[in-house]
Amino acid sequence: MTAPAWGSIINLTIAFAVPLLLVALGGMYSERSGIINIALDGIMIIGALVSCLVLRAMSNAGWGKTLLSSQFGLLIAVVVAGVSGMVFSLLLAFAAINLKADQTIGGTALNIFAPAFSVVIAWAVQGKGLTDIEIPKWATLGYKDLGISGDVKADFLPNLFKSFHITVPIAIILLAVAWFVLYRTRFGLRLRACGEHPQAADSVGINVYRMRYSGVMISGFLGGVGGLAYVLVAGTSFGGDVAGYGFLALAVMIFGNWNPGRILFSALFFALFKVVATQHALFPFLPNFKGLKEVSCLYNLIPYIFTLVLLIFTSKKSRAPKAEGIPYDKGMR
Amino acid sequence: MSRLKSNPGFISILASLASIVIGLLFGFILLLVLNAKNAPAGMANMLTNGIKDMGNVLYNAIPLIMVGLSVAFAFKVGCFNIGASGQYTMGAVFALFCALKWQLPWYVCLLAAILGGAVWGMFPGLFKSLFNVNEVITSIMMNWIGMNVSVLWVSNFSQMLAPNPDRTMALDAGNPSAILPKAGLDSLYSYLNIGIIIAVIVAVIMWVIIAKTTFGYELRACGLNKNGAIYAGINAKRNVVLSMVIAGALAGLGGGLYYLTGGGQFKLEKEILPMGFNGISVALLANSHPIGCIFSAIFISYLKLGGIAMQSQGYATEATDIVTAVIIYLAAFSLLLRLTIIKFFGKEKKEVAKQ
Repeated sequence: MTAPAWGSIINLTIAFAVPLLLVALGGMYSERSGIINIALDGIMIIGALVSCLVLRAMSNAGWGKTLLSSQFGLLIAVVVAGVSGMVFSLLLAFAAINLKADQTIGGTALNIFAPAFSVVIAWAVQGKGLTDIEIPKWATLGYKDLGISGDVKADFLPNLFKSFHITVPIAIILLAVAWFVLYRTRFGLRLRACGEHPQAADSVGINVYRMRYSGVMISGFLGGVGGLAYVLVAGTSFGGDVAGYGFLALAVMIFGNWNPGRILFSALFFALFKVVATQHALFPFLPNFKGLKEVSCLYNLIPYIFTLVLLIFTSKKSRAPKAEGIPYDKGMR
Repeated sequence: MSRLKSNPGFISILASLASIVIGLLFGFILLLVLNAKNAPAGMANMLTNGIKDMGNVLYNAIPLIMVGLSVAFAFKVGCFNIGASGQYTMGAVFALFCALKWQLPWYVCLLAAILGGAVWGMFPGLFKSLFNVNEVITSIMMNWIGMNVSVLWVSNFSQMLAPNPDRTMALDAGNPSAILPKAGLDSLYSYLNIGIIIAVIVAVIMWVIIAKTTFGYELRACGLNKNGAIYAGINAKRNVVLSMVIAGALAGLGGGLYYLTGGGQFKLEKEILPMGFNGISVALLANSHPIGCIFSAIFISYLKLGGIAMQSQGYATEATDIVTAVIIYLAAFSLLLRLTIIKFFGKEKKEVAKQ
């Protein structure tokens, strides 16, 4: 394998791992507080939709001519994506916490709502039949923008930074924050207590409802940012879906055992297989199954089968929050 | 009338109707916000377009009834079958493989569809009962595995592919004997066939199994209180696996019924088919009642057809999915809705709502 190939593989793996990491961390916050957030896919879509509309408006207003304005614009888009995801997740929180509804069904409703809403809004904003919202080119940085010199055909570094998004450093920061919040702060301890045994948490004066609202809202924020992160790496436009990445992130979260460090590892693992599946020409040592069509589907299968097998072995010592999925009722013993 | 008011079936029909009305209202408000001028015409299109084309509504209701039954059946045992999509896909591919590769007649293809769905439903059931793994997550994994397997499978058998290799060959050209008999129903709509009759019969059978047999009683007992059922000597683990197998078979049959028609070509799109999620809507709207699934499937199919007509007013077809989503969101706290209805009647019969 050559140096440029290594650079491309690492670049693509990180690119696909970032949305998975962000969304899986979001799922972790929610589940640690005791709410199953199956709506992550829908939250990603809403975050992507609103932030793409904002990016489109900025582009139309003439932003992005300089490096500084483009990156500042993208930063605003990240915040907008997070906040819109957070607002959308309130619907899940309200149903699951206040109305004690079935969390999976509520989440499914949001998942059906989001892609439909996205297409309807895209039509309303852009005109009939225009489902895809284009992403401005300035959102992606090339290696030259970062001041890296070299030959793309021969060198490692230009390939490593062939396309770079501000979401990568943001994801790394949010990962560190997640670890710190969960294990080193009073809030994190309380959040985890609400996911394990809400009655016990309530008995020592923790407001379970408030903690669960926080868990779902943080997960909405991360889910929204993850939606934008996905759209930035997936193509040149957003067409109202995120290819099921929200569900994939749930698998990443379970594979990562609800633990930030292991979620990073499993996001990279899933992303690597995604790269293997789509770009297996980059891996000369892999069997290329001559004569077989759609080999990418074969490689795509691997992470799912891996997760299923892992679920068997870890089910006995799974660290899944014990009270997840159960509505908290003060009157219940 | 007072007996009717305390009838739990009547209450849940009212609850479903109430959520439909709220869902439609929400949809109308959304249309008003987006484009106030066209909103009344758009809404009228959504609500009336289906009348002209009831045959088409029924044809598209066939798979909806089946995936709805699949989700509803699993609900009875306390399982959330979010994997209906994968089971439906595998049913379709098993059926089409038998039809196009092996040139078998339609009834054998339908059996293959049932088998394909059942196998895909079996895994979440086994995982839940043997290893105590949540069926939601295994179902989601099985959806993705099913999608990838189906593309891999179909694209590697050139006999199954149409001249345009992104879809399977039309059965008119590939194997006319695999097309379901029309039995005169094609006078309503050219693709309509005995599939609708099969779907209705299966729904009735499911109702009999759930409501009138010992097996159905055991399933419901497991769903209401698993520990209580085990204490009463019911083999809960076996029932979970069996119900998921049956749920899978129902969804698989849906895939078979939908694609064994003259024009039903399976497209090799690398995304999860939305049909499984539609099944969740159908089941929730019907409050998991098998007979109710027939009506809610026809309703959703009717809405979807109406959505296509909305395009002429400049609205995306997906507006109907928003209505559906609101209806499901309300179904998530259907108990609350039912309690409100009971209170509305001035009778606080909470035990009725619990039934």
